[in-house]
Amino acid sequence: MKKMKAITRYACFLLILLSSFLGACRKDLQVIPEELVGILPADPSRQLQGFYLVNEGNMGMNKASLDYMDFSTGVYRRNMYNQMNPAQVNGLGDVANDVGIYGSKLYVVVNISNKVEVMDAKSGKRIQQINVTNPRYITFKDGKAYVSAYLGQVGVPDAPNGVVVQIDTASLKEEKRIEVGRQPEEMAVVGQKLYVANSGGYTPLNYDTRVSVIDLNSFSVVKNIDVAINLHRLKADKYGDIYVTSRGNYLDIHSKIYVIDTKTDLIKTRFDIGASNLVIDDDIAYFYGSEWSSNTGKFSLSYGMLDVKQEKILNTKFITDGTDAKIMIPYGIAVDKYTKEVFVTDARDYVSPGVLYCFDPAGKKKWSVVTGDIPAHFAMVYK
Amino acid sequence: MRRNKFAFSGINACFFTLLTLIGVGVAVPLNSQAQIHPVKPAKQDSLEKINALKEVQIKTIKLSRRQTSSTPLQILSGAELEKLNSLSVADAVRYFSGVQLKDYGGIGGLKTINVRSMGSNHTAVFYDGVQLGNAQNGQVDLGKFSLDNIEEIELYNGQKSSILQSAKGFASASSLYLKARQPNFEAGRSNRVKAAFRTGSFGLLNPSVLWQSKLGEHTYSTLSAELKKANGCYKYRITNGVYDTTAVRTDGDVETMRLELGLNGMLADSSKWSVKLYGYKDDQGLPGAIVANVFRFSQRMWNRNFFAQSAYEKKVGKYSLLASAKYSNDYMRYLNPDIVTTSGFLNNTYHQQEFYLSLANKLKINKYWDLVWSADYQRNHMDANLDRFAYPTRNTLLNVLATQLHFDRFDIQANVLSTLVSDQVKSGPSAGRKNELTPTVMVSWQPFDQKEFRVRSFYKSIFRMPTFNDLYYTFYQFTVLRPEYTKQYDLGFTYIKGYENRALSQFSIQADAYFNQVKDKIVAVPGTSQAMWSMRNLGKVEIKGIDVNIQSAWEVAQALNLSLGLSYTYQQAIDADPKSTTYKDQIPYVPLHNGTFLAGASYKKFAMNYSFLYTGERYDQSANIPKNYVQPFYTHDLAMHYNMQIQKRKLRLTAEVNNLLNQAYAVITNYPMPGRSYRFSLTYDY
Repeated sequence: MKKMKAITRYACFLLILLSSFLGACRKDLQVIPEELVGILPADPSRQLQGFYLVNEGNMGMNKASLDYMDFSTGVYRRNMYNQMNPAQVNGLGDVANDVGIYGSKLYVVVNISNKVEVMDAKSGKRIQQINVTNPRYITFKDGKAYVSAYLGQVGVPDAPNGVVVQIDTASLKEEKRIEVGRQPEEMAVVGQKLYVANSGGYTPLNYDTRVSVIDLNSFSVVKNIDVAINLHRLKADKYGDIYVTSRGNYLDIHSKIYVIDTKTDLIKTRFDIGASNLVIDDDIAYFYGSEWSSNTGKFSLSYGMLDVKQEKILNTKFITDGTDAKIMIPYGIAVDKYTKEVFVTDARDYVSPGVLYCFDPAGKKKWSVVTGDIPAHFAMVYK
Repeated sequence: MRRNKFAFSGINACFFTLLTLIGVGVAVPLNSQAQIHPVKPAKQDSLEKINALKEVQIKTIKLSRRQTSSTPLQILSGAELEKLNSLSVADAVRYFSGVQLKDYGGIGGLKTINVRSMGSNHTAVFYDGVQLGNAQNGQVDLGKFSLDNIEEIELYNGQKSSILQSAKGFASASSLYLKARQPNFEAGRSNRVKAAFRTGSFGLLNPSVLWQSKLGEHTYSTLSAELKKANGCYKYRITNGVYDTTAVRTDGDVETMRLELGLNGMLADSSKWSVKLYGYKDDQGLPGAIVANVFRFSQRMWNRNFFAQSAYEKKVGKYSLLASAKYSNDYMRYLNPDIVTTSGFLNNTYHQQEFYLSLANKLKINKYWDLVWSADYQRNHMDANLDRFAYPTRNTLLNVLATQLHFDRFDIQANVLSTLVSDQVKSGPSAGRKNELTPTVMVSWQPFDQKEFRVRSFYKSIFRMPTFNDLYYTFYQFTVLRPEYTKQYDLGFTYIKGYENRALSQFSIQADAYFNQVKDKIVAVPGTSQAMWSMRNLGKVEIKGIDVNIQSAWEVAQALNLSLGLSYTYQQAIDADPKSTTYKDQIPYVPLHNGTFLAGASYKKFAMNYSFLYTGERYDQSANIPKNYVQPFYTHDLAMHYNMQIQKRKLRLTAEVNNLLNQAYAVITNYPMPGRSYRFSLTYDY
């Protein structure tokens, strides 16, 4: 029975080793902590106290995250949502598509997670979520939040139109919704009218071309303005005009910017220039765009400025020191309305952390910091 | 960063324990002594005997292809395969070293194999010698291949080491061979029926039947049919240490049907022929990523696959011929009710056809020298109801010149593969023509007098073509893509030893160290819009790895047999593109360490099998930072078998428990795997 003994010995060895092996291998789970990066000296007197930057996260990865640049302390807080709300199942969610601050609350529109996440704008602590299927952008007016959403009705094959949902910012409940065009994107309020850009992106051979105009008093669509295919960005200037971008069809129809006079609701001007994104501050619209070139097989990037009062393209640039060559994919833009500093994000390859750049009014890089994945949307916190 | 440090020491502990385990596997057997129980090779009266492979008898040990192959070979076959907790081919390949199974979870989740971190498009899957193609995305879902009719699974790194094979056999970085059950009759009988019924967790109902018949002296037929229905529901747990939620996966339901008909035989001139018809149909839910606030999915998929293939093998004096042909017709429909277009829900249909012809010729110049010329022609066509679809047709011509010198103790094989590819499209730009030339060299050497120890090595340069999706997917901008190249260098050894008068009757080890390079990796690069991407030849990956496999067989007491197997893989797979933002980081989903441990015991009518799978820590995106960190996982699976015989009719009862300790884990982030699950089966064989 020598043999049995050998076997027992072997089995014992294995058992001991196996159990120690198992014990060693999985460590305790931890909430991924916030990271603090000191960027600037503390400046509590600055008008812009700070800004939230929402990182979209690549689709399916559930890595939407929230960063906060705090100018009063000079510290960049990376991934603060998780730190503040560790008990929230699966965190902020999948693909954060927009952010806004209204009153004391911070709203993040999380596209794939079908929700608008509402937080306290000071602490970043979660208050609650509002479920909206396939939400895209958010804007505010007179105590109400308006959220555009791709899908009005779930599981209805002959209901391709999207909706705008009205949410009361006090009760945080959906109050009304109204059908607009197909796959509505950005919105802006001018007076008592809400303008919505419709893309129709789910049907590329038959894009939507209209800006829907909603009268906020009656909450009804009073007009549809025919503009161009595949509309996306929509920003209002202080002169009663809105700037709408058309993405084109990525083939023979190129991207353009249209200007609509909200007094007449007619197209005033058109700029044959690609703009993936734009931000308007005072008289200046800052924009960047990309065009696909089948000759080089590459996207070519361009950065530009536009005078919204004169309605003409300016020769000046907001990046002048060559930093633009380092930016792989410009993905978000914001301006400090007091200092005129321009903030630009780089989404890089979409699957690794991005970079946030700050440029002074002369276009020189002041500082940069690594962000979450696909840094995209800003919410400014002024004094 | 503290977290990361911990991770490192944790993994080191694992690594060293595993090393010790291997050490024990080697050391202990040599110390133990026992009585004689010589191994008697089982005799089989079947085609198998005709197909019997070159085996050399040394005492009680057979040198199998595992030892003599000049490229690393891993085999799971027959009884071994039956004992494992497996439903599909995907479950079985997890036990191979150097392999990551990308598993999206449950019965309905996609399962693809990634060998030595070169990417799943670099592994060719062959069914009865002919490749299972997918020109659309280059991937084969191994979860769709039932083990019911599979007799043997082989995984070759590099290529199959036998020189007489189709040109396709030379044309991939690694190859997985699935071999259907061959006719096998007991003496005096000409029919055999095997029926099985499996049931258990996930609402599984899985009846199958196999009927083999001897139609003539040398003609056999095989009919195999299977039905699989499962609701695919399972509980899973998600936690970050603060929240801890259990939810139910509800969208992995499947309903599949498979029907296979095989005919094979031998002609009067000793030439062999075979014909196979394969039909498969399924209707399944598509389990999606479980993200915040999303737990249910409405996407569905339907597949219909059919192929007919035939092979012919003939030997005249010094000349051998191997010919095969195949036609396949695949249809796939994808429905996404979350996307409503002006004409209703997004509803895509894809239709692929393939026609394939292969001729392999071998000339035995003398006792030591063989020469082979193989030529394959393949035509792929794809239709889809996508907007502005290209309707591509691809013609591929493969030519191989191969030569082998084999001496008693030294074997060298070299070949050059020429690939000519030409794409035609109905609209838009086409990838045009490609002409590539790639070499392979492999050697096997017995350095000492003992036949038990052999050294092997190979170098192989090969590529994968851009798939139809890479080139012609409507939402990608068209770019001219080069093939994605891989270079592999491998050096290893095999050792096998048989013992008499000892409890340990057989011990074998094979170990390989390798260096792989993947360049011009085809990756999707986004434009400024998430909707518009372009495919580019951008990535570069370098992989340094070690694969170790140890197997031992024991005869402990009268009728008590034990088998133990251990496999370990170390892989450093780094992003080697200096321009990348994650240069030198480990690439996503490749753990530094993974290993398996298998133990089987049989005593009279009972058999038991235990398996342990370990996958080390990984990252789910290219940056090696805490938020991309994925926990290691390990599962314990257990199977118990009871065999009985009633008048030569064999009955077998099996009960399986998978993920015994109910570990919450995910192979792919946000695709949680099932907790503990059960499976029961009853097999009748006569």
